[in-house]
Amino acid sequence: MPLLDVRDLTVEFATRNGIVRAIDSVSLSVKKGEILGVVGESGSGKSVTSYAVMRILDRAGNILEGETLYSGMDLAHMPEAEVAELRGREISMIFQNPRTALNPIRKVGHQIEDVLHAHARAAGANLKMAAVDALKQVRIADPEQRYHSYPFELSGGMCQRIVIAIALACRPQLLIADEPTTGLDVTTQKAIMDLVVDLARERNMGALLITHDLGLASAYCDRIVVMQDGKIVDQGATDTLFANPGHPYTERLIRATPRPDSLLRDLLTDREETTTPATPAPATQASPEVLLEVKNLVKTYPVGSSSPLSFMDSVRRKIARTPAETFRAVGGISFSVGAGESIGLVGESGCGKSTTSSMISRLIDKTEGEIIFDGVDIGAVPAKDFARHELRPAIQMVFQDPTESLNPRFTAFQSISDPMRRLGGVTSTDEAWSRAELVAKQVGLPAHLLTRFPHQLSGGQKARVGIARAIALHPKLLILDEPTSALDVSVQAVVLNLLADLRQEMSISYIFVSHDLNVVRLLCDRVIVMNTGKVVEQGPADQILSNPQMDYTKSLVAAIPHFSS
Amino acid sequence: MSGSRLAIVGHRLLQAVPSIIGIIVVTFLLTRALPGDPAAYFAGPAANEESIAQIRAQLGLDKSLPEQFWVYVVDLVDGDLGTSLTTGQEVTDDILRRLPASLELTLAALIFSIGVALPLGIMAALRENSWIDHLCRVVVTAGVSLPTFFTGLFLLYIFYYLLGLAPAPLGRLNILYLSPEPVTGLYTIDALIAGDFDTFWASFTQLILPSITLGLFSLAPIARMTRAAMLQVLGGEFVRTARAAGLSRRTVVITYALRNAILPVITTLGMVFSFMLGANVLVEKVFAWPGIGSYAIEALIASDYAAVQGFVLTMAILFVILNLFIDIIYTLVDPRVGIDS
Amino acid sequence: MSTLPPTKDTTPTGGRQRSAKVFWSQFVYIATGNPVTLIAFSLFLMIVIIAIFGPVLAPYDPLASNASNALQPPSWDHWFGTDNVGRDVFSRVLVATRLDLLISITAVAISFVVGGFLGMLAGYYGGWWDRLVGRMVDTIMAFPLFVLAMGIVAAAGNTVENIVYATAIINVPFYARVARAEVNVRRNAGYVLAAKLAGNSDIRVMALHVFPNALPPMMVQVSLNMGWAILNAAGLSFIGLGVQPPTAEWGIMVAEGANYIVSGEWWMAIFPGAALMLAVFTFNLMGDGLRDLVDPQRRT
Repeated sequence: MPLLDVRDLTVEFATRNGIVRAIDSVSLSVKKGEILGVVGESGSGKSVTSYAVMRILDRAGNILEGETLYSGMDLAHMPEAEVAELRGREISMIFQNPRTALNPIRKVGHQIEDVLHAHARAAGANLKMAAVDALKQVRIADPEQRYHSYPFELSGGMCQRIVIAIALACRPQLLIADEPTTGLDVTTQKAIMDLVVDLARERNMGALLITHDLGLASAYCDRIVVMQDGKIVDQGATDTLFANPGHPYTERLIRATPRPDSLLRDLLTDREETTTPATPAPATQASPEVLLEVKNLVKTYPVGSSSPLSFMDSVRRKIARTPAETFRAVGGISFSVGAGESIGLVGESGCGKSTTSSMISRLIDKTEGEIIFDGVDIGAVPAKDFARHELRPAIQMVFQDPTESLNPRFTAFQSISDPMRRLGGVTSTDEAWSRAELVAKQVGLPAHLLTRFPHQLSGGQKARVGIARAIALHPKLLILDEPTSALDVSVQAVVLNLLADLRQEMSISYIFVSHDLNVVRLLCDRVIVMNTGKVVEQGPADQILSNPQMDYTKSLVAAIPHFSS
Repeated sequence: MSGSRLAIVGHRLLQAVPSIIGIIVVTFLLTRALPGDPAAYFAGPAANEESIAQIRAQLGLDKSLPEQFWVYVVDLVDGDLGTSLTTGQEVTDDILRRLPASLELTLAALIFSIGVALPLGIMAALRENSWIDHLCRVVVTAGVSLPTFFTGLFLLYIFYYLLGLAPAPLGRLNILYLSPEPVTGLYTIDALIAGDFDTFWASFTQLILPSITLGLFSLAPIARMTRAAMLQVLGGEFVRTARAAGLSRRTVVITYALRNAILPVITTLGMVFSFMLGANVLVEKVFAWPGIGSYAIEALIASDYAAVQGFVLTMAILFVILNLFIDIIYTLVDPRVGIDS
Repeated sequence: MSTLPPTKDTTPTGGRQRSAKVFWSQFVYIATGNPVTLIAFSLFLMIVIIAIFGPVLAPYDPLASNASNALQPPSWDHWFGTDNVGRDVFSRVLVATRLDLLISITAVAISFVVGGFLGMLAGYYGGWWDRLVGRMVDTIMAFPLFVLAMGIVAAAGNTVENIVYATAIINVPFYARVARAEVNVRRNAGYVLAAKLAGNSDIRVMALHVFPNALPPMMVQVSLNMGWAILNAAGLSFIGLGVQPPTAEWGIMVAEGANYIVSGEWWMAIFPGAALMLAVFTFNLMGDGLRDLVDPQRRT
């Protein structure tokens, strides 16, 4: 008998727009000792399925039909009190965003004790010991010390370990992990996944891993279930599924997921072919002419915000005559970008890549060093004056979060035409419209969407608007700050191809900032790896990935989940 | 309390210093920046040229502004707030004499307010769309619309005139009773200390209507914030983790939800105190309560500027102390305080 | 030209719509969508009409006293009864609407402009602007606000103008704080950075990109503040500041009626008080409606 047996599960939500069917006749099963991956893009219903199993759906959610059998007991129709007994003790769940998953004002040790106490696994003096033991199990250093920590004192990875400790403290049989690595650095992701899988195997637990990352699923799961729009479209053992996908959607997902050996065009399925010949993506006509030169760029921030405490701090410092503490975000980097060349700027969060790109685009001022663009030292021009500089139109940027990067009060047309009006010499509305429509066509945005507001557009459409806005002035250098990390993998494939095409058509240089080496490899000629504000390694993209020299680069490459095929 | 917490509390105390400086400067400017001759104001409407000149010299109003300010500060440190025109007494004495009445009223109103608003907000959040949730919403919407002085009069009309339940609005104690031996200055407490239950009941019944009036308006923001904070916390991710871990409902609601939700409620109390100290004045007028609010009104009508200045200063200092108190409580409850975000 | 397939939706339209009457249809949509909002807007309209046409609508001269007709309870002749010198309470309540509304609207307008502007500067530029505005706001907030208003009116003189200024001053901190917080949050948003990249100067970015998005929360504050400003002004007149008899104003009318309510003549104080309550209530309800109108997320 399987540990978890979900049969024809259907869940509906009551929303302001009527009843929405989130999942429809979903059936899956997990055996003891087996790791099942549930893969799908946003809106596929994968999280809703797990919430329904745990019976922690929103008030608005309702299990319409179906059964969720755990060791033969139907959780879907059990009284709440009985289900509550099982939660944490038999079935546990871990979520994404580990920081917010923990009670911010309660010591982590106490939070673990709460679970132990709730399920009567320990009491009195034993509680603390059991909690410390749980911390040891998740391989936290100094467990006795960490017991007294608050979540805000711990890193994202450590917080996730605490969440896992809480989930596994009572030794449940089944673990559900809902996107447990989202929001974590690449190297931390690997550590956390290894931990979860090790513990699951050790204790012969069943596990359900929910993720949008096919690579992750293939690396860690025995079997995979693919969901789309609330239904299961495909399932099978990992090896066979990848070798022989049963459903076109699975095939599209597999193709769209960048792998160490995939080519840019490979990301798209046959239906999405383009007219341009299928050349290996990074092959461009990069001329030897240098467009951008960065020399010894440094950015330091003074520590201490404008909080009231710092007023007294600054008084104290003046009295004590100690220099203000500074934080060195970028500690002296140098590189160059040729005309028409595409550079990848890679590193984990906090490495300084975003700060670097902000300085190059002149949104913030440098502390030291030179930024020479087209022969002009633009670093010397203060950021607040650069809006009027003649080179402003030549350097543009595409931002990470399509939602946050579009003015919610501007229609797509207004967002795209703003730079044209400000810097492109466009004065009449008619001219603005014709040019906007041209650019929209270039990025594959249907003209009728130009009158829509951001909240009326999908993620992919918003991304296109952001790109259209950036290329409206035909810039020489385009800085792309994680432009696809917030997008579904199939949309990402389309956008990456779009970017490659635009680069060829318009001969723009790219600086592609990302944490994802696979994606970077597809689009970039050269890669610069950064860590804690310094350049660790740089070189041709293929070389960095296949033959990394420095230890840090090696760990980055190793952390990329590999496809089992 | 750990060393760093102590340091943070110390910091908070230090932060009150600029506030107090600001208060002293503003109260000084209020009366020195009067249009016309300040001496005439302080001498009173019945003064003649001679006495005005006398006052001017006495109060040092012929000196330069910075000198005057220095004298003002020195006097303050001494506890000298000037002399009241109407009572002829030292303003400081007047205020200290009448302060306990206001404190008793405010304290009673606060207990009523929090005692009703907190459970109401919590219950409303726990049982969404139940009758108690609707009651809470009605209370909140109507509560912030009630003019305090109107509520007082309305309650008086119903409970005193129509129903005869409440005593006459003639102050703190019916003249039949003697005020109890002053220990705290609060009649109710002092009567209890003295074991005099008749006097306790008499002063308590006098206190009911005024404190409900004062507390009714502040009921609304506290209930609203409690409900909103509880709802937000209950929908939050760490409560989801707690539920998924199988913690009992009681643990989830109290240890996880309530303790976190109480934080924004504590910060709301700052505004509540600001309102209460101001509305004190209105309630004291309606119920003839002999506190510093009615003292200020009398002073205003008589153009007794020293008294008004003393009143504003006292209320402001009181407010600073109350805010400090709130800050310190918050610092003790929230371990994240002091971290530069 | 890239011929990558466009996104799924391919229904063709003209594409160049004018948004001229879109605002009006938005308004109707919001107003009719929520019955509470509709009630609030209707009441507001009624109050505004009374404020404008009060003197015309009043059946009697609000200042005309008639000693023989004093302290009459509500009747068909005098719907709200007469006061202690025989004036018609109903007429006085109607006429008082204009004065009370004028005081609060002026006060709120002043504090919105001043506070909003200062808060925006503090939130956008930070640094010593932030410290300066912060100090100013903290100094005002160090006082219980009604007490500060009392002090200002006492010091500056007992006139209606000073009531307005005092109410404006004590409301500045709210707007400054909301403006600062909202601008601060949006200062580094993607679209603000994009606006800078598009060649907008700092002032343009603040005025055209940041402020319009910071407006909705400030509008909610305006509506809530209006109610509070009315209560403040009425409170000040209740204790004898600002408005002098025989002027008809809700606060002073309640004060005059207070003496008589304990002997049973309730109409003198209750009716103006109820009018006051209704006005404040309307503005509070409108807070939500206003925010919906200004927030593009709620548009069709």
